[in-house]
Amino acid sequence: MMSTLARYGITRGLAATTAVFLACAGAAFAQGQGPIKIGSVLSITGAASFLGDPEAKTIEFYVEKINAAGGVLGRKLQLITYDDGSDAEKARTFSKRLIEQDKVDVLLGGSSTGTSMPVMPLAAEAQIPFISFGGAVGIIEPVQKWVFKTPHTDRMACEKIFVDMQSRKLTRLALISGAGGFDKSMRTECLNVAKKSGVEVIADENYGAGDTDMTAQLTKIKNTAGVQAVLNAGFGPGPAIVTRNFRQLGMTVPLYQSHGVGSKEFIKLAGAAAEGVRLPAAALLVAKDLPAKDPQRAVVVNYTREYEAKFKSEVSTFGGHAYDGLMLVVGALKSAKSSDKAKVRDALENTKGYMGTGGVVNMSPTDHLGLDLSAFRMLEVKGGNWTLVK
Amino acid sequence: MSAQFMPQFMQYLLSGLTVGAIYALVALGFSIIFNASHVINFAQGEFVMIGGMATVSLSAAEVPLGLAIPLAVAAVVLVGLALEKFAVEPARGASVITLIIITIGASIFLRGLATLVWDKQLHVLKAFSGDAPIAVAGATLLPQSLWVFGITLAIVLALSWFFGRTLLGKAMLATSHNRLAAQLVGINVRHVLLLSYGMSAALGAIAGILIAPISFTTYDVGVMLGLKGFAAAILGGLGSGVGAVVGGIVLGVAESMSAGYVSSAYKDAIALVITLAVLFFMPSGLFGKRGGERV
Repeated sequence: MMSTLARYGITRGLAATTAVFLACAGAAFAQGQGPIKIGSVLSITGAASFLGDPEAKTIEFYVEKINAAGGVLGRKLQLITYDDGSDAEKARTFSKRLIEQDKVDVLLGGSSTGTSMPVMPLAAEAQIPFISFGGAVGIIEPVQKWVFKTPHTDRMACEKIFVDMQSRKLTRLALISGAGGFDKSMRTECLNVAKKSGVEVIADENYGAGDTDMTAQLTKIKNTAGVQAVLNAGFGPGPAIVTRNFRQLGMTVPLYQSHGVGSKEFIKLAGAAAEGVRLPAAALLVAKDLPAKDPQRAVVVNYTREYEAKFKSEVSTFGGHAYDGLMLVVGALKSAKSSDKAKVRDALENTKGYMGTGGVVNMSPTDHLGLDLSAFRMLEVKGGNWTLVK
Repeated sequence: MSAQFMPQFMQYLLSGLTVGAIYALVALGFSIIFNASHVINFAQGEFVMIGGMATVSLSAAEVPLGLAIPLAVAAVVLVGLALEKFAVEPARGASVITLIIITIGASIFLRGLATLVWDKQLHVLKAFSGDAPIAVAGATLLPQSLWVFGITLAIVLALSWFFGRTLLGKAMLATSHNRLAAQLVGINVRHVLLLSYGMSAALGAIAGILIAPISFTTYDVGVMLGLKGFAAAILGGLGSGVGAVVGGIVLGVAESMSAGYVSSAYKDAIALVITLAVLFFMPSGLFGKRGGERV
């Protein structure tokens, strides 16, 4: 009896020791050789492909680059990317797959607000850090524990435009917006902050998806007495058509666009009509014009050079958002010294002074974006190029 | 109000006419195929898209517009003929619904192909004769709109001559009225069907090329234009040439007027309401054949 017990005890002890050994070995293995998995669901095709395409290219390029330099914490990064075709339902399905089957350590993306929203509850449930590239303020407000984002919000765009209007002594504004999620969200935000900024919205027109002519809406604005400036909230072909129709009608008040047109494509499409258009955007678009002492210059000039050399196409702010997202994760991994999801999340929330393509990021438990208005620059199109408004 | 009324009205009218003329061309394409086979060709919008995209890439390759446009139209005609030859004809004898589903499949296929051949970016074609707006009675008009009006008018005249004065055109009309009888008097209805796809493709391509400098072109531009052209064809009466043109113009002007005078939020709704109302109260459209005739 006694001996049986003793033997049992010994066996148990051995088993326990073995288990501890194995666990240690496993941990060491994970720490040493196992890759850190980054999962990404982006709108590489479909309506929002102009966002997802540069984002996917940027993340892939920099993950390779980081791995070539030895990875993070001595471990390689493993990137798993899915294309949601700009479909919110697919974004949800693929994110679920990343969490449950691929067992990724962190989620990047959601190219737009629409494809980010359905991922947020999944991230919360699985307790996995999620960095969205969507524009609307609704992603980080109210703050959700596991959700972060890199692009400036639509509300900040409104505020930045209103500050610029005030400096030009313009107070009466006409709004024209599209039918997309971002367009509508920005319209609402602008209406909300207008009064506080001393701006009066005296016309509020909109146009549908796929519309080819906005002269009717603009004629109405043109004939509204007292309009001092026009603001177009939207992205895609709409803003370029609005800009062309605006010039066709011979309208002379200042025209503002949103950061949704922050790529060279807008200037190409709108052509000469784009001259004089102002918009708030990240410094990335004017990298080469930044003064040498500007602390952001190094990062944006580098990103521009590397992206353009690799992909032979011009940078957009959208790829920049993805760059910032990836670098924030890398930073958090390093400061957490682990790929533990909760520790990475805490490190993300404590990010201070990260200098990205979007501006200086200072996160806090109440701010999961970490950018302020200074991150936005007011740009004006001159000679077919972006220039910084002094 | 009254001082502004005329120029404002003119602006809405001119904008509406430009868009309406494009809708008319797309609607004509629907009508021609519908006449020949009672099939609604849902790949009509893709003809529009390929026309625009092909011209953009040809002119990007330094081909002068005068050559790029006929080349692009010819390419789209080939696509249209291939669609008939390899997708529709093998299924002849199948029900009209089956054939319509085939065209839906073809449209998805062509859109996917376009993202491979070209890309998913927006492209703009240089206006045929500059961008300087022309003032008309207080409103402004782009020179491109004049091209749209002129070419649409020329096409309408050419089509009415073709269907009214030529043997081939009359053979096509005969086929649309009574396929069996046409076959009995010696009309090769298979050639008529092939020809109808070719003509529809050409019309779609021209619409796509004319609108590309105004509203840009991209791989999925055909979806919306196809839908609006279809609405115009329903409004005017499917199968009626006059109906397609009137339907297109009415739809374009109604959209523009409602965006201007009512609210831009209801613009698309108004186009749909008109279409639905027509379907409810006069199912054969403004100029369509009455149902009884086809018994």
